[in-house]
Amino acid sequence: MSATRSCRPPRALAGLFLWHLRNTGTQQIPCRFVHLHHVASNRLITFQYFNFLKRMYVTRCTKDLSQRAKPKSDSIVSPFHELQQLDQEKKVVLKISPVSPVHQSWSEMSSRNELREMKSAAETDDSVIPVGAESKEDRQWKEMKLRLDDLPGILARLSKIKLTALVVSTASAGFAMAPVPFELTRFLLASLGTGLASCAANSINQFFEVPFDSNMNRTKNRPLVRGQISPLLAVCFAASCGIPGIALLTLGVNPLTGALGAFNIFLYTCCYTPLKRMSIANTWVGAVVGAIPPIMGWTAATGSLDAGALLLGGILYSWQFPHFNALSWGLREDYSRGGYCMMSVTHPGLCRRVALRHCLALIGLSAVAPVLNITTWTFPVISLPINLYISYLGFRFYRDADRSSSRKLFFCSLWHLPMLLLVMFTCKKSVLEKEDKGDLAGGSHEIAMEIRLP
Amino acid sequence: PPAHSRSDWIGPPDEHSNLRPVIFYAPPGESALERRLREARQEAQASNQRFWARHNRAFRQEKEEFIYSRLKAKGLEMRDESGQKATLNAEEMADFYKDFLSKNLKKHLQYNRDWYKRNFRITFLMGQVALVRALRWLRRRKKNVE
Repeated sequence: MSATRSCRPPRALAGLFLWHLRNTGTQQIPCRFVHLHHVASNRLITFQYFNFLKRMYVTRCTKDLSQRAKPKSDSIVSPFHELQQLDQEKKVVLKISPVSPVHQSWSEMSSRNELREMKSAAETDDSVIPVGAESKEDRQWKEMKLRLDDLPGILARLSKIKLTALVVSTASAGFAMAPVPFELTRFLLASLGTGLASCAANSINQFFEVPFDSNMNRTKNRPLVRGQISPLLAVCFAASCGIPGIALLTLGVNPLTGALGAFNIFLYTCCYTPLKRMSIANTWVGAVVGAIPPIMGWTAATGSLDAGALLLGGILYSWQFPHFNALSWGLREDYSRGGYCMMSVTHPGLCRRVALRHCLALIGLSAVAPVLNITTWTFPVISLPINLYISYLGFRFYRDADRSSSRKLFFCSLWHLPMLLLVMFTCKKSVLEKEDKGDLAGGSHEIAMEIRLP
Repeated sequence: PPAHSRSDWIGPPDEHSNLRPVIFYAPPGESALERRLREARQEAQASNQRFWARHNRAFRQEKEEFIYSRLKAKGLEMRDESGQKATLNAEEMADFYKDFLSKNLKKHLQYNRDWYKRNFRITFLMGQVALVRALRWLRRRKKNVE
């Protein structure tokens, strides 16, 4: 049974015990008890150390508990006061070993381990974080071994699965808006291909940015930063998502979509990611990256780059600016320290102007949609309130330039886009021109005749 | 990590560099390739640690100095009546962030180039090691079957 395997009692004699605990509750209980027993019998020394033990015991055993650390034997010396402490602690610890005669065999080993314990105990005490099992686990040493149980979660975080889901939904919006009859298999293939391409791009992005991500609060819990997965595995995962994804798009849908997908991956990983640290132009490149998925959706459906595709791309392009500029406003310190060239840091005025400009552009683009026969005239009318609202928030952001207005704008952008796309879809111009907009959702699926609209 | 462990261990983020230190395991039968990989990783870790520790320290220091000078210009003290540390609001700090970023840009460009090169090299070595290990395992299996 995996419980006994994970507990490994005979081997875990020295000091604090590592238990490769699995996530399941039933297996935690026996391990916890054994742990407690050993903790109690170790009646250890300094209050700090005992405190540290207590904290470890209290830590949720959801992830693998692993503490004991050999003091660093290799040449890497952390630049803090460790070295002096180590000497002191060594003296203290050597006195301790005779106290616990029962565990004589491991006391020599444990002496070295205690060193680390006390140092980390000292550290954790300094940093006084009473709550949050996560932060406690953060302060522990973890074995860099891949656990298959954790793999799905790790890969999900590596591929930024939530962002990928949003990207796929914009691509499906593009597909749905295309003036052709709806083909389910094509739709699914396009969505899957886009999703895989997005996973690949996100993984490579994280692969490139490990030290920078470690230094920023928003990103410091990413899998590569935490060592939960090796860079090699991240690259292999990216390849195993990207290549089938693009192949699926090229062969299963059409070459144009595949090319766009490949181009987007390239743009994101090789242009946007390095550019982030070189110039503020990265935001514009990033906006293009965001605009391509709906274009891909459209080309997946129609097979050609029509004006409609470009309009949809344009809407998403413009949307990126209020979204990102508002987000980046609150992260200025992290960006500055991390070395990221963002408008919010270097050209704050430009940042806000651009955000506002593009909010207004959204209104304009919505008005162009009926001209291109993508939607009926009701679309600009219905979407006007939400576009005006986001423009208003954009204006407030422009004028006030403070954290609250940036947050408002950011959160508004989060619901604004899905709503806009939804309204657009319901106002979609039917393939059979005579039909009115009410029927569209059903109409576009059932229509046999396809009149390709310009 | 325990003495008997046969894998690498990663620790909590370093307080200066925010990077997580890794203790690498050198197996007794380590091949030359594996040793090269381990050394490359150790070296990259050391280099990253040096860079970020120094960089973050400089950031904190300059930030303190900036706050101090601005507060003095405003005629305030570092700590107000209640003993709380006085801070500047985000808009005032923005000047500092902008300045700091532009001052360090060149340093970052150099570091980026370095980091990308190291990262590629390490990953490539990892790939080589993995390939060699896989081939070895396959060969062993074939031998077992025979």
